[in-house]
Amino acid sequence: MSDESAQNAARQNTVKEPRRAAAGAPIRVLIAKPGLDGHDRGAKVVARALRDAGMEVIYTGLHQTPEMIVRSAIQEDVQCIGMSILSGAHMTLFPEVLDLLKSNDASDILLFGGGIIPKRDVEKLKELGVAQIFLPGTPTQDIITWMRTTIGQGVK
Amino acid sequence: MKSKESSSAQDSLVNSAPVNTSGSFDEWKAKRLAPQKERKPGFQSISFRKQPALVAPEQLSDFDYRERLGYPGEFPFTRGVQPTMYRGRLWTMRQFAGFGLAEDTNRRFKYLLAHGQTGLSTAFDMPSLMGYDPDHPKSKGEVGREGVSVSTIEDMERLFEGIALDQVTVSMTINCTSTPAMAMYFAMARRRGIPFDQLGGTIQNDMLKEFIAQKEWISPPEPSVKLSCDIIQYCAEHAPKFNGISISGYHIREAGATAVQELAFTLADGLAYVDHCVKRGMPVDTFAPRLSFFFDVHNDFFEEIAKFRAARRIWAVMMRDRFGAKSEKSMMLRTHAQTAGVSLTAQQPVNNVARVALQALAAILGGVQSLHTNSMDETLSLPTEAAAKVALRTQQIIAEESGVTNTVDPLGGSYYVEKLTNDIETEALDYIRRIDEMGGMLRAVEVGYPQKEIAEAAYRFQLEVDAKEQSIVGVNCYTDDHEQDIPTLHIDIASERLQIERVKAFKQKRDVTKHKAAIERIRADCRAKVNVMPSLIDGVEVGVTLGEISDIYREVFGVYTDPGLI
Repeated sequence: MSDESAQNAARQNTVKEPRRAAAGAPIRVLIAKPGLDGHDRGAKVVARALRDAGMEVIYTGLHQTPEMIVRSAIQEDVQCIGMSILSGAHMTLFPEVLDLLKSNDASDILLFGGGIIPKRDVEKLKELGVAQIFLPGTPTQDIITWMRTTIGQGVK
Repeated sequence: MKSKESSSAQDSLVNSAPVNTSGSFDEWKAKRLAPQKERKPGFQSISFRKQPALVAPEQLSDFDYRERLGYPGEFPFTRGVQPTMYRGRLWTMRQFAGFGLAEDTNRRFKYLLAHGQTGLSTAFDMPSLMGYDPDHPKSKGEVGREGVSVSTIEDMERLFEGIALDQVTVSMTINCTSTPAMAMYFAMARRRGIPFDQLGGTIQNDMLKEFIAQKEWISPPEPSVKLSCDIIQYCAEHAPKFNGISISGYHIREAGATAVQELAFTLADGLAYVDHCVKRGMPVDTFAPRLSFFFDVHNDFFEEIAKFRAARRIWAVMMRDRFGAKSEKSMMLRTHAQTAGVSLTAQQPVNNVARVALQALAAILGGVQSLHTNSMDETLSLPTEAAAKVALRTQQIIAEESGVTNTVDPLGGSYYVEKLTNDIETEALDYIRRIDEMGGMLRAVEVGYPQKEIAEAAYRFQLEVDAKEQSIVGVNCYTDDHEQDIPTLHIDIASERLQIERVKAFKQKRDVTKHKAAIERIRADCRAKVNVMPSLIDGVEVGVTLGEISDIYREVFGVYTDPGLI
């Protein structure tokens, strides 16, 4: 492999431009529940709100491993993954998903999430590459607006 | 309820009054209420119940005291399961606690006991709750984070080191792995020379609500219910002071159910367990007295109080009429309660102290036997010592300073409370009838009925919050631009590493032959569908772990996966 193509390969394995929904096409999002935590009220309410807002939502159900989540995201060709974690295991699970997205050349899939996450950890997660964290009390419209601005073709 | 006959003194007062008073509710509504402007177009509870401006005597005109209420300590127990209630004995102050390693939680247990709590309640971590030892790949990042890590009998012993199990009651919140946990508890008691009939406490062990709400499972519903009933049966026969189940509504409510759904689904679960045990050949009065309950206590003050009263009345009638219970103890609904976690806010967390105080008061006016009050910081992390203390003090202030404990069922006879109790009872019975028509709760769970009801209610509530039709102080009203930070608990990742080393060392030093034989025996008993408890108690004694028992369940009873419906 030449120096240039090696460099390109290296770059591809790092940061890519985030995926965006095509004009007029709905946003495709995977809502995931990683780890052993079974509290799914938030994930299901958000999934439904996004669906009612016109997005194509795939909900993974509970007890997903990071590998299962990344595999589903790639297979379902989503633009983004939203993870809900209330168990305290967020500093393990978010980074693992980020790493797997990178190693699968899918770091253009945006990762966001919510749950029980202390503010100091929110900062750390964003530094690692998590696009946004929505804490308890966030109106569902805020999530919708952020997704439309970031991934969609404009604000609504 | 009939209004009291006026005395002649009262008569002359009314007749000489210079103003017109309404002769009936309808008159009052037309003359006085209708012309008034109210500050909102309608008033509703968090369970979407329309709340009336007033409840008048006419609405309870055929109310029979003896049939509907009765006296405290007597059928149908609406006014309380004990004649003296808190005059005789205060409710148990039982704060849910657990994090990190067994010794960390042991320290928190002792702290809470030293500060006046009167019963223990154990929170386990996700690996323990889901049937994985700490060294399992699925446990990574989760050990000790949502509760205490318990995987071996030695963990159980460390957890209760220095605590007199024959003097304090212990509750364990654990469900699909309730059988190994219960086995470890009994094996630990046996090592300490404490007879099982001296042990008091509760094990949650309610698998039906897992499929409905809490979502901790290993195997499908049917074998899971069977295992739950193994504990009910074993305790009935060997540990008569131990509640072998805590039939729970808390998680159902937290998942988004309304108050009526919480009540109906919980009682329907109870009916299913009683039915299963009776079909097993257990006479109802031999186990029903040790069925206990666990309800949420949420924001709508009077709705919650009425919910508890309706619960007692419905259960008493069901036990007598549906199952032919003869013992009064079989008809008494005894319950623990926890203030609603889902009502707490991450914004302005100190406000949560006020919320918890009101909810706790509702639980006491509702006549519960045991109470956990949430800490203000639980929307951020597991509670710090300081926050847990304030939560405990909240209960103590109600007990010592509020005066509400000094008269039994003080709200009994309130027009509003009695009407609410009636209405909630009627609506809950309606749900129970529907579930009966489906073939019972096990069947209803398999077809996803309660799950769907809950999801609908949860979504509706969120839409109403988003539209500000439901107010949450600090979240959609009275928000603060400058949020204060409060200290929070941090679980050290080193705990996980240490626990993994521990369980590895434990497995190394086991007697391989005895261990192998124990595993074989457990597997054989599972296949033979006999009560698993004896083989488990002996098994954990020779080092069988919680994860290993769970693996046998996976193998013999199957693995259940989430249907993943939105």
